[in-house]
Amino acid sequence: MNGTLKRVAIACLVMFGLLMANVTYLGTVKAEELRTDSRNARAFYARYAVDRGWITADDGKTTLAKTVDTGDPTYRFARQYPLGKPFAHVVGYFAPENSTGIEGAERRFLDGSHPDLIVRRAVDLVSGKPAKGASVDLTLNTKAQQLAYKDLASTGKRGAVVALNPKTGAILTMVSVPSYDPNPLALADKAKVNKAYNKLDKDDQKPLLNRAINLTYAPGSTFKTVTSAAFFSDDGSRNADTTVDAPDALPLPGTTIALHNYHGESCGGQATMVEALTISCNTPFAKIGMDLGYDKMKEQAAKFGIGAPLSIPLLVTPSDIGPDEGKAALAKTSIGQQSNQMTPLQMAMVAAGIANQGTVMKPYLVNKIVGPDGGEIDSTRPDELSEAVTPEVAAELTKMMTNVVQHGTGTAAQLPGITVAGKTGTAETAPGKPSHAWFIAFAPVEDPKVAVAVFVESGSAGNDATGGQVAAPIAHDVMQAVLGQ
Amino acid sequence: MSAVDGEPVPMTAKRRGAQLAMLAFAVLIVMAAYASVGLGIDKKIPSGMLTYGLGLGGLMLAAYLVLAKFAPWADPLLLPLVTLVNGLGLVMIYRIEQTGQAGASATNQLMWTALGVVMFSATLIVLKDHRALQRLTYTAGFVGVGLLVLPLLPFIGKEINGARIWIGIGGFTIQPAEFAKLALVVFFAGYLVAKRDVLALAGRRLLFIDLPRARDLGPVLITWAVSLGVLVMQKDLGSSLLLFGAFIAMLYIATQRTSWVLIGVLLFVGGAILAGQVFSHVHDRFEVFLDPQDPALYDRPFGGSYQLLQGLFGIGSGGILGTGLGQGHPKLIPLSFSDFIFAATGEELGLTGLMALLMVYALIVQRGLRTALAARDPFSKLLAGGLAFILAWQLFIIVGGVTRLIPLTGLVTPFMSAGGSALLANWMLIALLVRMSDAARRPPPQAIQDEGLTQVMQR
Repeated sequence: MNGTLKRVAIACLVMFGLLMANVTYLGTVKAEELRTDSRNARAFYARYAVDRGWITADDGKTTLAKTVDTGDPTYRFARQYPLGKPFAHVVGYFAPENSTGIEGAERRFLDGSHPDLIVRRAVDLVSGKPAKGASVDLTLNTKAQQLAYKDLASTGKRGAVVALNPKTGAILTMVSVPSYDPNPLALADKAKVNKAYNKLDKDDQKPLLNRAINLTYAPGSTFKTVTSAAFFSDDGSRNADTTVDAPDALPLPGTTIALHNYHGESCGGQATMVEALTISCNTPFAKIGMDLGYDKMKEQAAKFGIGAPLSIPLLVTPSDIGPDEGKAALAKTSIGQQSNQMTPLQMAMVAAGIANQGTVMKPYLVNKIVGPDGGEIDSTRPDELSEAVTPEVAAELTKMMTNVVQHGTGTAAQLPGITVAGKTGTAETAPGKPSHAWFIAFAPVEDPKVAVAVFVESGSAGNDATGGQVAAPIAHDVMQAVLGQ
Repeated sequence: MSAVDGEPVPMTAKRRGAQLAMLAFAVLIVMAAYASVGLGIDKKIPSGMLTYGLGLGGLMLAAYLVLAKFAPWADPLLLPLVTLVNGLGLVMIYRIEQTGQAGASATNQLMWTALGVVMFSATLIVLKDHRALQRLTYTAGFVGVGLLVLPLLPFIGKEINGARIWIGIGGFTIQPAEFAKLALVVFFAGYLVAKRDVLALAGRRLLFIDLPRARDLGPVLITWAVSLGVLVMQKDLGSSLLLFGAFIAMLYIATQRTSWVLIGVLLFVGGAILAGQVFSHVHDRFEVFLDPQDPALYDRPFGGSYQLLQGLFGIGSGGILGTGLGQGHPKLIPLSFSDFIFAATGEELGLTGLMALLMVYALIVQRGLRTALAARDPFSKLLAGGLAFILAWQLFIIVGGVTRLIPLTGLVTPFMSAGGSALLANWMLIALLVRMSDAARRPPPQAIQDEGLTQVMQR
């Protein structure tokens, strides 16, 4: 019987071998899938077992998101947002099943699972301490951010404000209105969070959307800066004093209609570039666009970063001047209408590019990552995104935009003792509907420290309410807040 | 066939000191695991650690003393290995009890462990020579079948969780199939030793296998029918698979005929497929096995994949090193203290812990099979081989089911799962193996030198 016993022993060996192989498969190859399955509540519990890193601003002096030890063994660490609404879209929220904003984009650092933190995590594991994440310090200027939110919210309209440091690309302000309180969305209770989320999601005002980077709007006259940039770049002899045609009515080829200036105003048949921009004539820029052609307009737009996807590290919806739809459409595109759609961040980048002698810096929100032990793990180095125009062209554009604030439609953005350059915009949305109000600006002209774009949705009531009246005062406050320090 | 196959086993040392040291080591590991649970939960050494640890240590010392007195030549590894898995099972149940899962009670399990050790000792003391069991072949058969049928009787039979495999006596519920398992292995061994020559007779040769004679198929068919009967009447897939597999394995050991194995496997697969089409609960198990992640199956209130998937989540979340004792979420796995204790252990001890655990079980089985190889008479060989195999087979069925290697059929994980009947029966199983290993390792009486040619061969 020993022969058969030995074969049975081999059968037992095979059975144990199969069990071990299968357990190994489950514990290694399949483990990740099983661990992250949405029906596995452990993933949910694990979210609250980590002492998440904080989110700060102003070089760590202001706390935007903090972790509180509740002592509850199941849901030990709770997340709180002391400054709430003004920062909600940037900071995001840490919900039971997902996370948004910086909470989502930098989650690997915040929860300590980033490879750079692996040694620290291993130490925690061995010593039995809860895992601790790294803190993320943002570039935001909290004073300017809060002021921008207050100003924009007080208009009662939807909108967004973005302010950049033109020399680095650091985002100083990013506000979207209406906003929401992130605290109820960060509770460790799926039912409560879902209820709060659904209420916000169903809201007609769509408060969850980050209008600064995730929605695009017709930029209106602010886009004339890009058209001017293309015009100057096309021929080195052109400058702010170059005289261009400014007819009262510009016939659009292939159609029976003609393009007029705002409310049928006259720009005198001919005007210099600086005059045309200062009072925001439509026909000269429409004609410039048509004369340059779609490809040159598109090329100039791309040099400002338009059309390229961007991660700041929040994902930015690409802006777009629209497809080539013929001369008549191009005329409208050149004055920021038609299919021309920009995010407020993109228009801030246009202003910042002009301010920074033609070089657009890559916008970023994260200033630095600070490890659980207080040591700096990473900091963002400013990076050039593109060369939009030459310094000479930038200087001409600056000259024109300075004139806009001094003598034109943007006087509301003047700052005492500081030279401001800017451009208003009023974008028609649909016949009979209120227009969007825009304002882009930077200051001080001699040594730019802040570039800003303000967008107020349906902000212009009926007639001549231009971006200068609604949007420029907000830009004024934000620039003052940034420069005042 | 000669009484002693192959070379005689040269080992004659008792190795009792080594056994005691290993026993102490096993108890030490268990106590460390207790401490680890407490540290994991609330950073404190649990107050019950000494009670449980010393309780277990005392019990095992008693078992050791009985063994040393009544089976001094027994295999030195069996008792420490069983102590280790039994102890780790206690720790896991204690840990699950801390989460508040209903039904988990470490105190009860410790009490049953104590009773198990009593049964172990009693078996060793009463059964001086296991060959006495051979005389009880048919008695064992009747007792086995009787125990199997018991839960079907009115009044004492109880249906729990959809399976009618329990009887209630006084305040206790007993799972008689666990004891039936032992009785039937004894019966199979006795019956097959008596009939193996007949069964091994060749019938006709078909293709490359020798088919047995038609009338010899009788016992196989009867066992098959009983297994299917258990499956159908009690909805107990696990026990049915366990008994039939053990019978086929023992039939093969006894007759050396592969054809029996093939016929047995075909019969069982045929029966299982038929059952899968006729009975919804069998069908459900197959469905769940094929795709446990299907949301429709997951959400099905009865016969769904919720439990299996939660167990798999536990093992997957444990990963390679596990969360550490006291730091997982075994409460999420239904019945984590009984059928699914392996998954709960996987979560907290990880792949590493499960491998170690499987290795300990494999060693127990190996010691059993080694006893079978060393045994000196066919009955002992068959009984030891059968008992060792049924242990391995039971582990394969339940662990394979929980880890989705095979369809899930409910069985307890030997020595680990909460449950008194299984613990008692398995301690008796180990006692039988210990008794047989003692006989196998005991040096044979020396032949009388002067008897010359008339010497009587030791048999």
